Amino acid sequence: MSESKQPRIGVFVCHCGVNIGGVVNVPEVVEYAMTLPNVAYAEENLYTCSSEGLSKLGEAIRKHELNRVVVASCTPRTHEPLFRGACEEVGLNKYLFHMANIREHCSWVHPKEPGRATEKAKEIVKMAVAKAALLEPQTEPEIEVQPSALVIGGGVSGMTTALSLANQNFDVHLIEIQDTLGGRLKDLYKLYPNDTLSSEVLEEYVQAVRSNPKIVVYTSSKVKHADGFIGNFKVTVNQEGKEETLDVGTIIVATGAEVLEPKGMYCYGERDNIITQLELERLMREKKLENPTNVVMIQCVGAREGKEGGRNYCSRICCAVAVKNALEIKEMFPNAEVSVLYRDMQTYGKDFEEQYSRAREKSVQFIRYDAKNPPQVTASPDAKCIVRVHDILINETLELEPDLVVLSTPLVQTEEAKELSKILKVPLGADGFFFEAHVKLRPVDFATDGIYVCGTAHSPKTIPESIAQAYAAASRASIPMAVKKVRTEAITSFVDENKCSGCGTCVKLCPYSAIQKDEHGIARVNDVLCKGCGVCAASCPEKAIGMRHFSDAQVLAEATASLGGRRK
Amino acid sequence: MSNSVLVVGGGIAGIQASLDLANRGTKVYMVEKTPSIGGRMAQLDKTFPTLDCSICILAPKMIECFRHPNISLLTYSEVKEIKGEAGNFTVKILRKPRYVIAEKCTGCGTCMEKCPIKVPNEFDMGMGDRKAVYMPFKQAVPLVAAIDSRNCLYFTKGICKVCQKVCPSSAIDYEQEPEETVLNVSSIIIATGFDSFNPRTMTEYGYGKFKNVILSMELERIISASGPTAGHLIRPSDGKEPKTVAFIQCVGSRSQHGEFPFCSSVCCVYATKESILIKEHAPETKVYVMYIDLRAVGKGFQEFVDKAQKTYDVQYIKAHPGGIAEDPVTKSLQIYYEDILTGNMKKLETDMVVLCPALVPKEDNKKLAEMIGLELDEFGFFKSKNALTLPVDTNVPGIYICGYCQSPKDIPESVAQASGAAARAAETIACVAKEATS
Repeated sequence: MSESKQPRIGVFVCHCGVNIGGVVNVPEVVEYAMTLPNVAYAEENLYTCSSEGLSKLGEAIRKHELNRVVVASCTPRTHEPLFRGACEEVGLNKYLFHMANIREHCSWVHPKEPGRATEKAKEIVKMAVAKAALLEPQTEPEIEVQPSALVIGGGVSGMTTALSLANQNFDVHLIEIQDTLGGRLKDLYKLYPNDTLSSEVLEEYVQAVRSNPKIVVYTSSKVKHADGFIGNFKVTVNQEGKEETLDVGTIIVATGAEVLEPKGMYCYGERDNIITQLELERLMREKKLENPTNVVMIQCVGAREGKEGGRNYCSRICCAVAVKNALEIKEMFPNAEVSVLYRDMQTYGKDFEEQYSRAREKSVQFIRYDAKNPPQVTASPDAKCIVRVHDILINETLELEPDLVVLSTPLVQTEEAKELSKILKVPLGADGFFFEAHVKLRPVDFATDGIYVCGTAHSPKTIPESIAQAYAAASRASIPMAVKKVRTEAITSFVDENKCSGCGTCVKLCPYSAIQKDEHGIARVNDVLCKGCGVCAASCPEKAIGMRHFSDAQVLAEATASLGGRRK
Repeated sequence: MSNSVLVVGGGIAGIQASLDLANRGTKVYMVEKTPSIGGRMAQLDKTFPTLDCSICILAPKMIECFRHPNISLLTYSEVKEIKGEAGNFTVKILRKPRYVIAEKCTGCGTCMEKCPIKVPNEFDMGMGDRKAVYMPFKQAVPLVAAIDSRNCLYFTKGICKVCQKVCPSSAIDYEQEPEETVLNVSSIIIATGFDSFNPRTMTEYGYGKFKNVILSMELERIISASGPTAGHLIRPSDGKEPKTVAFIQCVGSRSQHGEFPFCSSVCCVYATKESILIKEHAPETKVYVMYIDLRAVGKGFQEFVDKAQKTYDVQYIKAHPGGIAEDPVTKSLQIYYEDILTGNMKKLETDMVVLCPALVPKEDNKKLAEMIGLELDEFGFFKSKNALTLPVDTNVPGIYICGYCQSPKDIPESVAQASGAAARAAETIACVAKEATS
């Protein structure tokens, strides 16, 4: 199919059920589209994205010899790949497709004005048609992918990902900041839901990783610098002063999390018997917990703060940890009294609820406090520790005299991870944890291709949840490595070397470090790194930089159409 | 020896596992019991905490499965028999007759328009109607009609045949027989999802008796633009907009004496989402959520609940509702509950009640488990080989589990676990290949 001859544009206007069709008069938009320049065909579809809609699109391209396609429907964020795929299937370069959003930009925002919404939909279609007439075919560079991965973090998540990838025959570099593998497993005592000793799990994992010939372990190591792109990352790792550059195809971030140290909260730090759950785990693991008679655990210490700029998230695991440790203390010291002061018991899922019931049967006291009226701990070196709490279930203020206070504090992002986020140019969310590409459907991908996240670096979670996510990261990373090549975005910038003065403005501004000057001082764009943001093109004082798929002519045509074609 | 994988279940978990494997070059057979893939997520209006339109983010993935050269969709099909071992499972699949020739059907819907028989629409939780020849929903994949022979006039009384007469593609075939397909696969991923507990037996809440007591999934369909009311928030008794809506959490779940002692994990947050959606539909509506413990443990969920309280003024009440009464004239409801904060018995007048029932393992899990000796836990969830370290493995090597059928979880967790199961299946293929060559 010739793409260079006179444009023959097909316009497909979608009802999206009632989403568009309930407001916009779709047949009227179709009729209008037929009157636009270069439009050879127009039709309406109930759902253009349905398999029926897509086959009709393909048929129309063939039957009417269309060489440009406009679908007026929803958002390109979710549906553009689908329509582009349908065009490609019948041999039309996918960059000859253009999408007009008449749902989010029209029917959804003007549900009460169907007449004017229909007029607006026509304008949007007119703009899209004006741009489509000037579209040109583009090619996506294909790049080779190294079948090797870098896993950052040697805790349970990192080790799981490393093992899974190694079992799939990929080479793995596993780097750990501490001098031994294991991460949090080294601190914990018994692990829920089945009370396995953490030390046993640790040994099993480290043994499996150490004996796997496909995994190279670097302890006491840190990522210093990272360059490159999916398939071809160059990562400089510093191992105790010695630097090594690794060539890897993918990177998995499994750096874990820190436990919040509750400085200044509930007299923490003032007395030895006011500790965190993590410190309790260590005491139990080292068999150093000395016969407590009265233990008080306080939940949500520095979590679920519910204030502007606060630590507002729920750390997910602390309630189950408290229940597990309360049961453990009861097991070790049957006469000890244990009280858990909580706001909402987060014993979600199928196993925790049962443990929560068991704890109540073993007469662990669960005392519910209101966030507005938190417990008060008074402790002076010479006096007893006193915890005052208003139990909202019995509406009474209780005074407890524990000899051990355990504070359940949330998991928080590590300082190293914050640094890593800058080195890898992957974002952190408002809660400080790594921010994935899509909260719902891409939980372990970063928006940057070839970099993945798993475990508590992503958000607080249990060990089984971290392991499942670690396998997920292994699956996602395995895709480009198994296929051995990826195609990257064709919408990139390019430099007209006759116009480039070598001023370097674009080099400085490019947020993806995709532009460098060559030996003649001319700016050169790395197509793979370029994300097509257009910052360089907009700022080039010589107008030497152009954008593929967003040429000045195309953008102006669209803008002029929106102005009713008055400007030439 | 085979290099392909069978995925049982076409919901979001099955879809994710299939796409991951197919995209890395593995051949996938995806078996779905109903006429379309999509599962529960297809029924939802929006998803928490981002309020993405559910079908809008799911549909592209469903179509990707349909069009993927490495995926064979076997919809309206059931697994009948599994034999063999990791690397070499033989699976018998029963393909139920649609009485519609898939290759000919264009999904135009003419048969559905003309069919005289109306049947309650399962996709809309029985609230709207579908015809005896139907497609489960508008974005169904594949978009091929099926005749429901239990209700079709031709199959029940031997008359009618209207669909055959009107079908422009001559796709109707009343003579279709069940077909058996035998597959050879290296590994199997089970992603059968969940069922909703029917709270009819909890007479204190009056579900099934009081028209304005509905299930959360029914509300989901009511507020969905593609639902039976085209997205108008109205109550069933009189079609009027409710001025007050109250959600009741833990209906049948977290029960000390009932069948379902576990927590379904998603209800507190989806009730929050539905509350926000109600407020967006009709900002004047008063919305109450009656809960025991407010569980918003996922990423961004507590912040989402905070937003519901602060921005949308959703009222959360720590409460044990003891019973519901209906005003015989107005059909409005009174909820009698113990206010946990004050210990007082109180009464809440409301136009509509939404029950959030326990989400429970599928009945069919037992049949599937028995075929090859898979272990189920005491509730009927597929049991992990090791609940701590091998969450997606089962007691049978080469068979993996993901999504809600393993334990209660939300969409992102199901997606992650599904990718995880895909990784394990890929490991099995690599491992069997290595053994074969060594």
